[in-house]
Parts: sequence; structure tokens; C-alpha cells
Amino acid sequence: MATATHGHSKHPHEEHAHANGRKFTVRVLRQEMAHSGSHWETFELPHEEGMNITTVLQRIAANPVTTDHEQTTPVAYDACCLEEVCGACTMVINGRVRQGCSALVHKLLEESPTGIELRPMTKFHVVRDLVVDRSPMFQHLKRIKAWVRVDGYHDVGPGPRISPKEQEEAYPLSRCMTCGCCLEACPQFNDRSPFIGPAAISQAILFNPHPTGRVDRDDRLAVLAGQGGIVDCGNSQNCVKVCPKDIPLTDSIAKAGRDTTIYKIRKWFGR
Amino acid sequence: MAKQHVIMVGGGLAGLAATMKLAEAGVHVYLVSMVPVKRSHSVCAQGGINAVNELTRQQGDNEWLHFDDSVYGGDFLQHQPPVKEMCDWGPRIINLLDRLGVPFNRTPEGLRDQRRFGGTLFKRTAFAGATTGQQLLYALDEQVRYWETQGLVEKFEYWEFLGPILDGSGQCRGGVIQDMFSMKIRSLAADAVVLATGGCGLIYGRSTMSMICTGGAAARAYRAGVIYANGEFIQVHPTAIPGTDKLRLMSESARGEGGRVWVPKKPQDPRDPKDIPPAERYYFLEERYPKYGNLVPRDIATREIFDVCVNQGLSVEKGRMCVYLDVTELSASALHKLEGILEIYEKFQGVDPRTHAMKIFPAVHYSMGGLWVDYERDEQTGGLVMGSPRNQHSNVPGIYVLGEADYQYHGANRLGANSLLSCIFAGLIVAPSIENWLKSLKKGSAEDQPVSLFDGAVQGHQKRMDELIANQGNENPYKLHEELGDWMTRCVTVVRNNKDLTACLDKVDELEARYKNVALSDKSNWTNQNFSFTRALGDMICLARVITKGALLRNECRGAHYKPEFQIKSPDADDPAKLRQQAETWCRAFKEQTDKWLKTTIARHAPEGPQITYEDVDTSLIPPRPRTYGLKGAEIIEKTWKEMTKTTPARKAQTAGVGA
Repeated sequence: MATATHGHSKHPHEEHAHANGRKFTVRVLRQEMAHSGSHWETFELPHEEGMNITTVLQRIAANPVTTDHEQTTPVAYDACCLEEVCGACTMVINGRVRQGCSALVHKLLEESPTGIELRPMTKFHVVRDLVVDRSPMFQHLKRIKAWVRVDGYHDVGPGPRISPKEQEEAYPLSRCMTCGCCLEACPQFNDRSPFIGPAAISQAILFNPHPTGRVDRDDRLAVLAGQGGIVDCGNSQNCVKVCPKDIPLTDSIAKAGRDTTIYKIRKWFGR
Repeated sequence: MAKQHVIMVGGGLAGLAATMKLAEAGVHVYLVSMVPVKRSHSVCAQGGINAVNELTRQQGDNEWLHFDDSVYGGDFLQHQPPVKEMCDWGPRIINLLDRLGVPFNRTPEGLRDQRRFGGTLFKRTAFAGATTGQQLLYALDEQVRYWETQGLVEKFEYWEFLGPILDGSGQCRGGVIQDMFSMKIRSLAADAVVLATGGCGLIYGRSTMSMICTGGAAARAYRAGVIYANGEFIQVHPTAIPGTDKLRLMSESARGEGGRVWVPKKPQDPRDPKDIPPAERYYFLEERYPKYGNLVPRDIATREIFDVCVNQGLSVEKGRMCVYLDVTELSASALHKLEGILEIYEKFQGVDPRTHAMKIFPAVHYSMGGLWVDYERDEQTGGLVMGSPRNQHSNVPGIYVLGEADYQYHGANRLGANSLLSCIFAGLIVAPSIENWLKSLKKGSAEDQPVSLFDGAVQGHQKRMDELIANQGNENPYKLHEELGDWMTRCVTVVRNNKDLTACLDKVDELEARYKNVALSDKSNWTNQNFSFTRALGDMICLARVITKGALLRNECRGAHYKPEFQIKSPDADDPAKLRQQAETWCRAFKEQTDKWLKTTIARHAPEGPQITYEDVDTSLIPPRPRTYGLKGAEIIEKTWKEMTKTTPARKAQTAGVGA
């Protein structure tokens, strides 16, 4: 990208088909209410340098007119940090689940030159348009006791010593922003299946080895060994491919499989 | 007496810290947030959290020096007792977070690693990669989730706070909230309402803040009678990545780990930055500030970047202002610690910052000002009386304020990595204060209040909603917001002058008038974000006026508030006698400025606009002194100031038993 003549001052797309100001289309799957039907609406917008999907949705909100010249409503969507650390603006863009903020228009148009397609995640109930209800994910975190239980919040000195290696293992897992990409991509997770999915499994694997967090280890493993737990994983490995934070979810699942097996054997022997 | 409840509005670091601490004490909390609390804006904090630690201690550091750095960095505008208490608590807070499982970076021995941040010479900042805010927030989110399973916390996520409910005596008895999905409006009875609702960066259009940082809740409290203090102090972070929807933060930790800021000496040098030899690079922060280098306090780094681009025409690009932030020479291990933020740059700019210098420019980042809160000073320690119901209590009985939403800890300029500390500190200490407040209430709990009080408040908000939805006109709320942001960014950020500020105030009047003609493109009653945004726009206009008026009236330079018209001229004479004379003049002018302006700006809401008065600042622990980072003639000024203040009976330097 950087060339001797102009460094990286120009974005690659400036020399590409989708130069600034050039128009492109966005198809959005709209749904007015939680239980109403859905329909497509198409918008046309001029491209701006560095434009992402949240900007696209902001521009549509400011001028909600479709390509059929119909006045419509702004598209409802979830968004918060806009720098891919909060997980809010997750949606299905050009058929792939990801965050709207970090999905850059020029790259999307390279994938799909005819236009961009936005739809809500399919594994959660739609509230309106691109807004879905991901509260089941937070319920799962309760089930697997995704916390370090401490005696209290008074001052009793520092926590346990942690080696750099342990920190290096924990930190990537701790970056899970509960965005739901892994669940969207998982063939086993849907509203008819009790499977708790990769995100929650990986959180169990985050807290289990923690010197204090391990006090609830068996409770977590009991959940993973039970209905909707680790056996429901079909090993499609889709989760790890779509995780925006590159969390080694399949490693966590493999560990969870091993740990639950040991847990069951231990339980069998009554220990 | 019925059961007592607390409404916690906001689930960032401050709100969650307070919630978990209240829950631990057995107090029932309604936690109200516009987003699932795990998605709060605290996730965006990157670099770290400040506290004295064993390592810095052995290099001569202590809590008093952290306190001194904080008030000196803040240009002495904060009341000192709360800041002192916060710095004293620093090490204990880090220990607690450590126990809660925050994956802080480690040394080979298994201890917490530290990095250096701006405005200090010590490596005082603990960190978890470059996503420290996210990691701290998650730890507290997890604790609160635990308390939720214990029945002590009831969450209202995707609910918006519309305003407090005050009884006839002016005491807060609860709040009105709205479900952002069903748009249903309801009340909650509570004996204390805590606002931990963050900053108001969206007033500036694009900033480093999240979409929810409109200042809406703060404005609603302000209109209900809570004082807004020091509104004009808005921090502009020196290093952000310009974007179409947001200016994304590039953490100070990039410089803390050794990143350097520079521009080519030849204006708009077209070469690849890698090919520009060191001799042809202008490392302006290092050259102008040899002591602190790239880690000068934020207001100063911001002004220098601005100066280099605007006044000296040395911006890297011609059409767009930016300078290089260069981490390409850092070691692999240093880069690894910055992974989280380097990824952001790579994802959003499509350029690998490990091999190419980043292009950055300042952006609105933090509101030092905010809702006014009280504290009770401990005369023995110079810190706070723990558990006093006055701590973090606003002027409206029953309304508490925490975190970025309050004005308490950062004065005229916040030091990097002090915000996470102030948020968690205020959250932890407010819990016993609220407990004591609840115990002190004799006239029955909020639940015993007449139903009409709550119903009336709900109906009022319902009526305002119906009116706004039905409003006829030709103004587009998003376009109005863009105009507001453009004006505020141009007039009330890095360099301010009274001509622009007056014009900006007129503009705010105009926008308010046009706001009355705003028309919604969505008139539905379900997940109507068009409505929520437009209502918040009204709040932004309200606070924009508070900020701008405060800036217009404050005729001095202090921290982030820089008004060159009122800058004291630096000594520059070559002749030593003349230089000394200039320094004396400088010091006298400084003394005069301190006497006149070392005061908190107090804004009270009135229908005709904010009524501004000033309140004295408690500077009894560390006497104010000239802030001379890199100032021309700094040495002679400091020397002269010391001599001048020795002869005049200065305020007591340190109370007995205080300091280290």
C-alpha cells in the first residue's frame, strides 16, 4: 500500500473503483416491530473517505429516503463505542456477522461490488430493524458463574501472583465483548437448542484456572457437562473464524471438553 | 418504613463500582443504563490506571507526589481534599481490581507491570494490554452480575433516565425512566439517585466518546436544579485517529511505551515517513519539553500539535491536519503491550502502525467539568471523612454524582490514567456515604410518598414526548447536531477567544430557536431512536450553552482553557536584571490571575440561560504555583515565585500529619 511516491497518505480505494463521492447502494432488511414481517429497503449514498457502516446508518438517518424516492424512517441499530471494543453494533453485513463500526465501505464494496447488504443477526429475537435482543448471552454468563468470587471489597492487600504466561493466556479470553458473532456463526446455537455456545464456554475456561476464581470451578464444569453444555458443540469451528477479537474459542472448547471429562470421572469416583 | 432503594444511572466504572459496593452492604440497587452495562463507554479507556506502587516508591514516589502531579497537572482548579484521598486510595484500588481477576500485565516475577503516563516522571500506571478500561469494566460487570443473581441488583438495560423526581421540599424521591425498546415511561421510587452517566463529548459532534455520551442525563439533572460546575473545561486529547463517525482514541500509552511525535521539517514532505532521515524530522515535543518529552500533560501536547499544524504549517498532509505518532522503532515486546490500540489503527486506517508511523490529530476527549458535588473534609488528614453523606452529594438532596459526570477530581486538565482511578474511587467511597444518607432519612422512604408525585412526573415526560413526536417543522435534528458540533469544535476547544465564543453563544441561541421547529422522520412508538436522539439534542444544546458561557466569562488561561488574549507574557530578556524584572511582573500577574480566577465556575439553570457565579477552591494542602512545563523563562519564574511567596505570609503548606 505504501509506495515511494505518496507514503500511506492515500487509502487504497482512492485509486480504486469506489472513489470518494461515487455512489453505492445499501440494502437493509427492515422490521418495524418484534413480531412484524420484514422487508428490504435500498438506499444510495455517496462514498466518503474512511466511511464505515455506522456512518452509512448515520447518513441514512439524516436523510431516510430510499432509491424508490420513498420517505422512510431511520434504520434502528445498536451502536456505542464505534471502535470495536463494546460489541454493540454487531450485525450481518454482506452475509458475514461482524461489527458495523469496523466494517469499512470500500472493503465491503470490494467483496461485493454491486452493493452492501445489512441484516440483523438471525440467532436472536429482532427488536427492530438491526437491533436484536442478546440478553440470553448475559444469562449464560450467570449460569457459568463468570466472575471471581472474593470475600469482600475491603482492603486485604494484593491479589495472587500471576505469571506472565498465565496472564498471556487469560487476557485474550478476557477480551470477549459478548458481541454474539460466534453464536451467529455456530450451527448448533439457535433458539430451539439449549447450547450455551462458545462465548460462555470460553469464559468458564477464563475463570477456572484463576487462583481465586477456581473456587467455583466444579460448578462451571457441571454446567458444561450438563444439558446444553460441551457435548452440544458440533465442532464446526465456525466460531473462531468470525470472532472479531481472535479469541482462541476452539482451544477453549477443547480445554472444556478435557476438563469436563476429568470432572465426570472425578465425580464418578466421588471426589 | 418501606424498603429503601437506590437508582444507579449508568453502568460504567463509577456506576458499577458503586453498585457492587452498595450490594455488598445489602442495599438494593436499580441499575439503569442505555446500553447493556458491559458496553459502557469505560471500555474505550485504553492506557491504564494510576497508583503509587512498590517500584515507584523505591524511586522516591509516594501518594503525596501523585496528589501533587494531579493538582499541578490540573492547574490547581480542583478542591484538594478529594484528590488527596483519591491518590491515597490508589494502591488499595489496584489491589482490589487485582483480586477481582483483572488480567494486569505481569513482570517475570508475577508482579504487576507498570508504564509511564503523561504529567509524571514515574512509572505509576498499571495496565492490561492496551484495553485497560475494558478489562476493569468487565471485572466490575462480573461482580455486579454476581449480585444480580443474589437479588440485590435489578438491571434496567436499554432504559434511559429522563429526570429525577423531587418532592415539595426539593428532595429527590426517585427517577423517571424510559424503555428504549417499547418507549414505555415509568417511575422508580428511590431514596437516592446516583448519576454515573459519563461525559458529554457528543456536543462536539465527533469526539473520542461513545454514541451514548450526550450529557443527556446530566442536562436533565441540571434543569432540575443540580449545579453544573467548570463546564468550560473540556479535555482535547492530543492523539486520535480522525474518522467520519468518530475520532478514535490513540492512547497515551503509545507514547508511554516510547512512541514519538514528529513532523517532517519540510512541510508536507511527500516521502514515506520511513525514508525521512532523523535530521529532517522535527520531534517538537521532545525539543520543546526536554524534561517530559512526549509525555507532557495533555492540554500542552494538544496545543503544540495544533500550533505545529495551524501556525507553522507543518501538518503531514496538506488538506487534512495531522502529525506522526511513531511506534515503528519500538521493541516487539513493547508493541505487544500495545496490541489492542494498534489493532484499532490497523482496522480503521488499513495501515500497519508497527511499520508505518500513525497519523493523528487532537480530539475532544473528556469533560473535566460536570455536575457539582460536595465532600466533607477531614481536618486531621486533609482528606475526606469516609462515610459522610456529603461526599459526592449534589446540591439537590438525594442526588449523587460520580465519575466523568461530576466535576470533582481533575480541575482544569486531567492527567492520563487518572480517570479510571477517579471513577472507581468515587464509586467505592459513595457507597458508605449513601448508606448513611439512607439511615439519616427520618420522614419515611420514597416508597411511602404519594403515588401522585410519581404519576405526575411520568405524565410530564409523556407529554413532552408526545409533543416532540407531533412537532411540525422543517429542521432536521441530525443536521442541527452537525452544526452544533462544528461550531463547538471550532470555537470552544483548543484555542479560544472572546469574539468566537460570543459568536458561538449566538449560534447556540439560533440552534435552540431552530430546535423548536425540529421534525421527526419517525413518529412511531417502538424503538424510536430518532426520537431519543432528538430529545438528547435538546440536552446537548442546553449544556453547550453552559460550556460556552463559562468559557466566554473566564478571562484567563488555565489548563485546557487556553485564551491567548489573556496569556501572561513570558520573560524573554537576555539581560539578567531585565529578565528578573520581567519574571517579577509575570509572577505578580500570575498572583492577580490566581486571586481572580482560581475559582470553580458554578452554573445554575434558569429559563433565560445559565446563571454563572464562582466558588472558592480549597487549595489548602498544596499552594498554587505557576504551571511552567516547558514555559519560556520557567526557571526564573519558579525562582522568583518561590522568593515572592516566601516573603508574603502564604497559606499553610501542609497541614500536620499530611504528606509523606
